[in-house]
Amino acid sequence: MNGFSFWTIWLRNGRVWKKHILATLIGNLGQPLLFLLAMGYGLGRDMAEVDGLTYLQFIAPGLVASAVMYSAALETTYGSYTRLTVQKTYEAILMTPLGVVDLVLGEIVWGASKGVLAGVIMLLALPLFGVILSPWVVALLPVLFLSGIFFSACGLIMTALAENYDFFNYFTSLVITPLFLFSGIFFPVQTMAPPVRGFLEMLPLTPIVSLARILCYGRFGEPILLKILGSLLATGCAVWLAGYLLRRRLIQ
Amino acid sequence: MQGGRREWWREGVGIGYHGTMIQAISQPESIPAAIGSPVVSVTGLTKRFGERLAVDNISFAIQRGRCVGFLGPNGAGKTTCINMLLGLVEKSAGEIRIFDLEAPRFHREIKARIGVVPQADSLDPDLSVQENLRTYAGYFRIPRRLARQRVEELLHFFALHNRRDEIIEHLSGGQRRRLLLARALLNEPELLILDEPTIGLDPQARHLIWERLAILQAQGTTMLLTSHYLDEVSRLSQQVLILDHGQVVVQGEPRQLITDMVGLEVFEVDGTTAELDALEISFRQCNATQERVGDKLYVYAREDCSHLVKVLGEAGSWVRRPANLEDLFIQLTGRSLRET
Repeated sequence: MNGFSFWTIWLRNGRVWKKHILATLIGNLGQPLLFLLAMGYGLGRDMAEVDGLTYLQFIAPGLVASAVMYSAALETTYGSYTRLTVQKTYEAILMTPLGVVDLVLGEIVWGASKGVLAGVIMLLALPLFGVILSPWVVALLPVLFLSGIFFSACGLIMTALAENYDFFNYFTSLVITPLFLFSGIFFPVQTMAPPVRGFLEMLPLTPIVSLARILCYGRFGEPILLKILGSLLATGCAVWLAGYLLRRRLIQ
Repeated sequence: MQGGRREWWREGVGIGYHGTMIQAISQPESIPAAIGSPVVSVTGLTKRFGERLAVDNISFAIQRGRCVGFLGPNGAGKTTCINMLLGLVEKSAGEIRIFDLEAPRFHREIKARIGVVPQADSLDPDLSVQENLRTYAGYFRIPRRLARQRVEELLHFFALHNRRDEIIEHLSGGQRRRLLLARALLNEPELLILDEPTIGLDPQARHLIWERLAILQAQGTTMLLTSHYLDEVSRLSQQVLILDHGQVVVQGEPRQLITDMVGLEVFEVDGTTAELDALEISFRQCNATQERVGDKLYVYAREDCSHLVKVLGEAGSWVRRPANLEDLFIQLTGRSLRET
């Protein structure tokens, strides 16, 4: 058993992050906050209510989920790839008693932690936009962490496959941006035609956005167990695959 | 695991950059249990990358307290071999035992007792000198207080104490190398693996590193050294192992190998073809092997050929020098360039 050795890698990343704290926070939070302002406040003022919520209220929880996704996925793509190649951090770490499993867990948990931090800051900012949250929002934190783990693992999969930084354009353009647009953040998935709805509900961010909306306002209507189980399963698979691919890349 | 290990940095080590050191170097406090068995023992080690045989049935052993120079042209399989010892490359066949533990099965335990100075700089550029060391100490689970103390001692040992808060980017090449060495020593390794430890350094920086390595050696640290600087290898190693095309070409004590395979001394002569032709004939009177490379004649004398020096007087320019490891290396691996 490796125990919690991966924690030392988390600490290493934290130590580096502290030096660039402002730049990374602005980088990760800028987009969701601007969307909240433009779409929610700007566009949303003249729009009818959706599901009994103002448009700003409707999109706010999803934007929190998206902040987690962006923050986690960018950390384990651009960040991890730099550590893998330019800085040779992984090579240095593998010369210590730590192994690939520790490395993968450390990187993924770190990415998820950054994701949760971005989500929490978004949540704290919501009252400034007049969004009042229910106490159930506390239960959202583990959900955001789970989502952070999933997207960190996805990012790390890309890192394990990447030959250069440009490779990540595929990931952001073909995966992350579509998820941002089509996971029910900006429109209710439930009102779509059944085949479209079915497809959109299979996307990994969709259940997180629904759960975020449920827990932000404490409005339990939809079944939540299936969403959680599905996310757990997808996350487990992504972590395993990230570990497999990174090991293949690091150990010849 | 920490108890009873030697504390080499406390033992008569001067601090100053140019300071003389190596005063009384005491014996290690405790003799390791497995004194008889080699620190590293490799049998039939083989690595195949697809069709290519990078390492082909290599066997060698490193005895405790010895420094083994691992030599070979680029692409000979040195790095692959070292990476197999560290578990960064999976072996295709063969057996590796380090500290009498089977690798890769016990890698965690093995790597806890090894220090590695990698060829490529893998320091954390965002962190300061001491943050780099403390972070690395964390990977070895060295308790924080002990780590702080060791970092302090190592910074002094490598004359980096004035740069402790400097960002890596601001360090010179020599300082970075010393920091990599300091980092490799944090866990008080019993085996130190040095992959080109002085590559790209100025003579001052190289000498400082050699001095420090000599101190570690005197205190019983086992070392595996790869280097293309053969003077460095002669200086530090008691045993060399020359690899080429994935195989061990020769291994043994360097001085002995040079005498046996190259000779005692070397004459290098520049001249015209006619002059060199004449000299070649003269040198046949002496037990020597000769080699022509372009406008140059190399004579590797296996006995005292002093009586032929007068013949050389007539030639253009010549040097007479002791045979060295470089001669052996070239003889065994040829003069053609290796580009991978």
